[in-house]
Amino acid sequence: MANAPPSTLLDEALDGKGAAVLSSSPAAGGRMILVEDCVETSGAFVVHHLLKRCLSPHSSDVVVFLSFAHPFSHYDRILRKMGCNLSVQRDNKRLMFLDMLMLERRGRDRGKTSEDVFIALFGEIQKAVELSLSHAGRQHITVVIDDVSLMEVDANGSSNLVLDFLHYCYSLTAQFGCSLITLNHDDVYSNEDRPGLLLKLEYLADVVIKVEPLSTGLASDVHGQLTVSNKGIHEGSGKSRNKVHNFHFRIKDSSVECFYPGSKT
Amino acid sequence: MAEWICRTLRDGGLEGEHAPALTINDTISCPLGSFVFDHILSQLSSFIFCQKSQSNGIVLVALSRSPLYYEQLLKSKGFDVVTSSTWFKILDCYTDPLGWRSKLLESGSIRNLSSGSSLTVNICKNVKDLDELFSSILELGKVSFSWQNCLEMERAVYGCHRLDQVSSLFWLLHLDMHETRATAALEYMSSMKATIDPIIQSVDGPRGNSENLSLMEQNLRRGKFCVRVKRRNGRVRMMFEELFVEKSGIKFTPLSSEDETTAQSLVPKVQFNLQLSEKEKNDRAKVVLPFEHQGNGKTIQIYDGRKSLNDDKAETQNTSVQKVDSNRGEIIYFRDSDDEMPDSDEDPDDDLDI
Repeated sequence: MANAPPSTLLDEALDGKGAAVLSSSPAAGGRMILVEDCVETSGAFVVHHLLKRCLSPHSSDVVVFLSFAHPFSHYDRILRKMGCNLSVQRDNKRLMFLDMLMLERRGRDRGKTSEDVFIALFGEIQKAVELSLSHAGRQHITVVIDDVSLMEVDANGSSNLVLDFLHYCYSLTAQFGCSLITLNHDDVYSNEDRPGLLLKLEYLADVVIKVEPLSTGLASDVHGQLTVSNKGIHEGSGKSRNKVHNFHFRIKDSSVECFYPGSKT
Repeated sequence: MAEWICRTLRDGGLEGEHAPALTINDTISCPLGSFVFDHILSQLSSFIFCQKSQSNGIVLVALSRSPLYYEQLLKSKGFDVVTSSTWFKILDCYTDPLGWRSKLLESGSIRNLSSGSSLTVNICKNVKDLDELFSSILELGKVSFSWQNCLEMERAVYGCHRLDQVSSLFWLLHLDMHETRATAALEYMSSMKATIDPIIQSVDGPRGNSENLSLMEQNLRRGKFCVRVKRRNGRVRMMFEELFVEKSGIKFTPLSSEDETTAQSLVPKVQFNLQLSEKEKNDRAKVVLPFEHQGNGKTIQIYDGRKSLNDDKAETQNTSVQKVDSNRGEIIYFRDSDDEMPDSDEDPDDDLDI
């Protein structure tokens, strides 16, 4: 049996020391992880890292991936370099990829409203969750959404519809013990006067991962900083509950390196 | 203080008066409102279970957490879920608030609609229809109400508040998620307002700053609990406590002075000294206040407005002795008697006619 992948500081911030896969307890319910990034530092690498963790050979978990940003080939290329073959995972029914860029999927040509489209989309997700859980040995489903601001574009600018959809996806965490990972862009909503989508998502999320540039400016060997706020509403391992972690990161070709400020040699 | 709130909700309102209503407010900087909500819900449940409450049961309108969560909460407090169903009822506005699941169930896309909880749960399929929501609440009986996360439900809350069968109600509101008008309207309706604030506000600065991170982490575990109570005579009473989130729940303690020390240590560094050294503090404590007797061997005399002849002679002798001893003038000061302290149950402003 292959050895467990080494855990990074990001993994430890999410689940405590020694954790290499997303942990959840069916009794306590799943978790929602919100990744916030900005133009200066993209948080896409966090989504790729979490996706790879979910599809680790050490678990039998299933991922439902809603992509509003890129086609399947984009993620396949990136994850291959990281040692994960998405095509094989899709064939093995461990990955269900919903490409929202495809026009047919949106149902616009059938005259459906945005709400009908999102209701149907949620139906597909819950159906996939129910189907996966009915297979023996499959206990944990992760729903990944990339990304929320493009979902809002797809909803014709209706943030209420986006919030309604996310509420229903979030309810799957309580009902089926699923986990939910979403990526959102901080600077898209930073100038709003009224409480926005971002604030509402932060209230909903159990873990908020902020990806930001360094306060000191650009650097060649450090690409930015991560701040992981683990509210720990659910019991989880208990070790990462109500904690805030901050560390720097450097994105490599096949992985991401996380280290505490000043410890990079 | 938190226990006082629970007792007030337990005791309900007097005949002819509106039921006591509590609003619990928090913000994203210190999001501990849900812990306070759970604590009050557990306490009320305990009173009702022991039949020490005016109300017969609880109706919980669940908007942002599932009925399963509350079932787990009751279990963790030692309640039997099966017997609790007779007095703990949930209006489930979480599982299918807009009827999406019902539509999908009808079309055969999904198989499962239930909330999965063993408690008595009525599923609300359209939270936007406030009349239907209100009717659903009324169906569930004569109870205390708890409401998590009012959105645009001022009208429904207003309706509940005026019902005879409601003995008390409370709700949780995230202040920064709603317009000021909405929060102010709910505040007007409530007789008690509990706000959770950060113990120390985080300073503006780079996120990687260790001080800021430490404050952020502290605000996830502890906060300042401020309660504003509107009394019957129109006066407003303010009370403060500190709250800590522990693994077993939440704990309330009086506000500590450590926070003042911590706040003082956050004084910005400037070129002049704003703090006192130990020597300076000791010297300040030793300063003899002018015109005060400071234990110079004589008994402290309190001026009562009626000086006796003997006292006069004693003073004259003392004065004359002192005059012989030195050529300097002297001021003899008799401290007034201390003010009378009011009894603990007296309100000193009761006699004011405002």
